[in-house]
Amino acid sequence: MQYQETRRTPAEVLAEPVLGSVQTYEQITDRIASIVLTDKIQLGWLVALTIAMSMLGMMGVSLLGLFYWGVGVWGLNNRVDWGFDIINLVWWIGIGHAGTLISAILLIFRQEWRTSINRFAEAMTLFAVACAGIYPTFHTGRPWLDWWLGPVPGVSTGMWPNFRSPLVWDVFAISTYASVSILFWYVGLVPDLATLRDRAKNKYIKVIYGLFALGWRGSAMHWKRYNTAYTILAGLSMPLVFSVHTVISFDFATSQVPGWHVTIFPPYFVAGAVFAGFAMVLTLAIPLRHVYGLQDFITMRHINNMAKIMLATGIFVVYGYFLELFFGWYSGNEYEMALTYNRLFGPYAWSFWALIFCNGVVPQLLWSTRVRSNEVVLFGIANVVSVGMWLERFVIIPVSLTRTFLPASWGWYFPTRWELSLFFGSIGLFLTMFFLFIRVLPMISIFEVRELAHHKMHEH
Amino acid sequence: MSAQVFHPSTNSLARTSLLVGALLAAIIPALLAVYIRSDFYSRVRDPLSQPIPFSHERHVAGNGMDCRYCHTSVENAAFAGIPATETCMTCHSQVLAGTTLIQNIQTSWDTDKPIVWTRVNDLPDYVFINHSIHISKGVGCDTCHGPVNQMRLTWREHPLQMEWCLDCHRHPEKFLRPREEVFNMNYQAPADQLALGERLVKEYNVNTSQITSCSTCHR
Repeated sequence: MQYQETRRTPAEVLAEPVLGSVQTYEQITDRIASIVLTDKIQLGWLVALTIAMSMLGMMGVSLLGLFYWGVGVWGLNNRVDWGFDIINLVWWIGIGHAGTLISAILLIFRQEWRTSINRFAEAMTLFAVACAGIYPTFHTGRPWLDWWLGPVPGVSTGMWPNFRSPLVWDVFAISTYASVSILFWYVGLVPDLATLRDRAKNKYIKVIYGLFALGWRGSAMHWKRYNTAYTILAGLSMPLVFSVHTVISFDFATSQVPGWHVTIFPPYFVAGAVFAGFAMVLTLAIPLRHVYGLQDFITMRHINNMAKIMLATGIFVVYGYFLELFFGWYSGNEYEMALTYNRLFGPYAWSFWALIFCNGVVPQLLWSTRVRSNEVVLFGIANVVSVGMWLERFVIIPVSLTRTFLPASWGWYFPTRWELSLFFGSIGLFLTMFFLFIRVLPMISIFEVRELAHHKMHEH
Repeated sequence: MSAQVFHPSTNSLARTSLLVGALLAAIIPALLAVYIRSDFYSRVRDPLSQPIPFSHERHVAGNGMDCRYCHTSVENAAFAGIPATETCMTCHSQVLAGTTLIQNIQTSWDTDKPIVWTRVNDLPDYVFINHSIHISKGVGCDTCHGPVNQMRLTWREHPLQMEWCLDCHRHPEKFLRPREEVFNMNYQAPADQLALGERLVKEYNVNTSQITSCSTCHR
């Protein structure tokens, strides 16, 4: 079934249904499963994986250097004790949010357009959380003692972690998020793993998929239990969409540093996370649907809906930027006012204005149906937003820390090559996991698309 | 429906592995908690080999030397001090002179290079301990270092893990002794240690709320 690229008006493009021209259940399964169950290794995939893995190697080198010489190789100093480590932690965690939002919240609100994008969006969440996890794990300097962060009975320190500290809340928020996301993703995969087990020709591949399919036979009892488990997990995930970035924002908001001590932080961080997450889903979805010919599953309707969510959350975020400036002025506090002035006109002013351009100006193009129906432009905007969300965390962290209360302790922060290489390396980790994922697991939920097709066929 | 990949017996295997997984999740952390407290892990009572087979037993119990003869800065500084070769030579230019036993002292003296001892009580670099404050608040040498006067080769008496430090920092009254008994290696705590300790805490102005805050030791 070849996707027809004819000249259509933007409105026609965006009016595509959530499921394109697939006729039968069999076709759905064939189209999705064949991407995984083929013996051929595509050259393009191999090249992409090689590039991703060499970036991953860079992460290995960066971590070895970090182990050998200690956190001193980073550009952190006595004044600026958070830099690339926390910027990138927050950036990656934020990216992860779209997956949970799509899979849990849209499921509960019965948005049928979530169905063909939830699987890879959830995978993206997991991989982004893994990349985020690198930073808190290794920035402690002694990662082998990281378990002291948890309330582990029997720790030789003779004490519990400081439960009043938001850094401890972080440990709970992120680990809960990671474990619930993994469970949710895996439970959703089980019926598809069984399909792959049944369709695989090679005996060993059959056994591997079979092991992970947990003996799924598709009986009515299995489906009943599956639905219960999946709904419970969706219910558990839903508050996590809000709680994780709220807790991350507490790392800043509960402190007294000018520019951090702002009540708008929790909702503004959550909106920013969804914004960044949808930008990343678009960045992945647009090439994927073309490379793997999935235009019937990920239709322009999906792309359009995601672009609209990006537009809406982008406006929330810009509202947050303006409120931050407003609070600086309205506080009447000279430190807050100095920080606001410094953010707008200080030595890092370029980062603030670049942020306003990336997250404030560029996303406004999405009001136009012509832009939303043009995937190349959308892909560009999504990438600009990713850059913008990174800049947002840069503006929050070093810009505040380099100019705190005492002029004597003003400083400067710029990442060293080790921090840069670790950042590029974490992108490599993300891409490596993603390329492996699309090769070995169905990137679109087969059975959920079949269910969607069932509803379409019987909706009269 | 294709042929079955797994034999029905794998069902019980799957159930067993669930049980085993849960058991391991409980047992492994418990074993680790025991292991990190073992003398093996913390090298407690493990005499370390040194460039010179120096015996505290010989010098303290045998010759009746005071701790401060060698560890000169213990009352006034953070670091108790490791004696310079010159200190050794105050006696050993005569005693045992020319024997293989103290050959490394002689070499150090001749070449003007200090002796490199192996550190026995080695705290992590993020812990700051000041010996002088402990001395002036009535913490005896052997409270932390053990019966040094019985050690032929010096060993670490206590694990030096944070919970061990906190045992005393939370309840100093259990361990304090009068200042004049600090260097007495044969001191015996009285039967009414708690009464004595509580009196000394007041008398020496031990600020019990301050000595458990993080920045007392981690700066």
